[in-house]
Amino acid sequence: MSTALERGIETLKGQIDARVESYLSSCVHCGICAEACLFYTETGDARYTPIYKTEPLRKVWQQNYTLTGKVASALGWSKPMTEADLSDWEELAYDGCSMCGRCSMVCPMGIDIAYMIRKVKEGLAAAGFIPEGLQEAGKRALEFGSPMGLTSKGLLTAIASQEKEIGMKIPLDVEGADYLCMLSSNEVVGYPEFIGSITRIFDKAGVSWTLSSDYFEATNTGVQIGDSKIAAELSGRIVAAAIKLKVKTVISPECGHAYTTIRWDAPNFLKQKFPFKVVHIMELLDQLRSEGRLKMKDSFNAKVTYHDPCNISRRGGVIDQPRNLLNMVAPNFEEMRDHGDMNWCCGGGGGVSSNERAEPMRLKVFDVKKRQLDELQATTIVTACSNCRHMLEDGLDHNQMQQETIGITELIAAHMA
Amino acid sequence: MIAQLVDGVFWNIAVAIFLLGIAWRIFAVFRHGARQDLAEPRGSAASGAIHTNWSRFIPRREIVAKINLHVIAGYMFHLGLFILLLFAAPHIKFAQDHVLGFGWPAMPHWAFVVVSQIAFAGLLLLWLQRVLHPVTRLISRADDHISTILVFVVMLTGCMALFESYTGLRVLHRFSVELFMIYFPFSSLMHAILFASSRGYTGAFFSVRGVKA
Repeated sequence: MSTALERGIETLKGQIDARVESYLSSCVHCGICAEACLFYTETGDARYTPIYKTEPLRKVWQQNYTLTGKVASALGWSKPMTEADLSDWEELAYDGCSMCGRCSMVCPMGIDIAYMIRKVKEGLAAAGFIPEGLQEAGKRALEFGSPMGLTSKGLLTAIASQEKEIGMKIPLDVEGADYLCMLSSNEVVGYPEFIGSITRIFDKAGVSWTLSSDYFEATNTGVQIGDSKIAAELSGRIVAAAIKLKVKTVISPECGHAYTTIRWDAPNFLKQKFPFKVVHIMELLDQLRSEGRLKMKDSFNAKVTYHDPCNISRRGGVIDQPRNLLNMVAPNFEEMRDHGDMNWCCGGGGGVSSNERAEPMRLKVFDVKKRQLDELQATTIVTACSNCRHMLEDGLDHNQMQQETIGITELIAAHMA
Repeated sequence: MIAQLVDGVFWNIAVAIFLLGIAWRIFAVFRHGARQDLAEPRGSAASGAIHTNWSRFIPRREIVAKINLHVIAGYMFHLGLFILLLFAAPHIKFAQDHVLGFGWPAMPHWAFVVVSQIAFAGLLLLWLQRVLHPVTRLISRADDHISTILVFVVMLTGCMALFESYTGLRVLHRFSVELFMIYFPFSSLMHAILFASSRGYTGAFFSVRGVKA
């Protein structure tokens, strides 16, 4: 057995806790999870059944933690894990799963399958089975501070450009500000108007806030890879920036996994309770709305629908806030058929968007979103995640669809008094 | 001789393995402990665990049309099995004479026939789905088939022994139950117990995040 394989198996063994063992012990292999997974429904390939993607974890558990498994292994009745197994599951776990967690909502045994796929990724990553695109993104994140290779210098350029565009000063490194707003490099590079939008909104609403030049990146490639060490290192940089600036609250930007990471996972990666709160930008904007601090000058009258980013709604719990905001600014807001905690993923979550080789699959599974959009005939798709927005634009373009996309923050800023 | 063994030593061994095996499996799950969640909760873990334990009895509206065979056959089998287990006259008599010391009204013979047919139909539909559908065919393990066969045999021998006209049929039923009890703790049949902790962990996880699962 190679060292890498051994490392992978040992890491998988280390993932078994009471929660995982409950899940593995109660699965009856009914296959219901497949019907909730866009990678199965859009390809019809049974290998994309969510619980099948956890097979390496089940195998390690069976062979090492169960009496029947130990006996079968001793008698040579069960096949040991091989590098070929891990190689096969690299494709299933990284290319064929966006970690959207829709499967976890329908399992009659209550198994959180996405949680287990995350554990499988830990084992795959430890054994070195990581898609090249993600590996490179991880290296850039550690070296430059962002998976796209964007440095603080690049952020300062974007800030200068936005300051010029909106004619306002953007607060940077303000010690003692109430809020530290993190950004995703995807926003800084692809949608820099987000920075101008929050500046205008916070200025009008009287919010004390700042950006940090030490560390701005909210996304976490470690989570997408499934490497807790990288995840902890990147999360720690946000914590250090927040503590240095003595802020009361950290704002997660319009990015799904960035929110679940810093809000829900990072305290556990770092084994500490944070001395500050963490909110998603939607939560803060909705709070400002409820306090009467967001005044609209007009409304956006196009037929609008909302794409729920999985990590913000289903796995983040921010479901009502974007809807409250849309109902305030967009009178023709309508829901897609499946929405909220049962939305369909854009196809690019969980690191799929950073994994170039998965692109054909990602565009294939976008068919489910296309059907939802065709059914509703909305002209504008609003979302609260820049990665989802990017994936939606890709999918729309690929399918020659005419809908426009926009982030909620930008939409509100455009219609504020 | 065989009847004595099945009613005596075999029965005692089966009960011991059943109870100790279940206790071991429950211990095996919780021996690892669960990691404490250090994120500031948005909702109660306990109420989420309770909520999800009930909510997962009902399939989500968004998916029910695609899984109606699972739902209908699943309920036919499980409800049928529990009704047979709890309200078949010989079971009540056994519980009264050997376990609890008291009994309760049994269902009439015609109801037994109807319920057993429903339970059989449900079990067979689920098994046909398992062997015919590409997804379940891929993910099913030998254990799933063995469990199904054991339950089928227990139900079949139980129907054959309903009137207890022949000792041989009653002994055959009891022997099949003993095999079932010995196999139970080491198989996916444990889902009958561990579904509660599985649903509980997931319910707690989502509730802490403010999501009803």
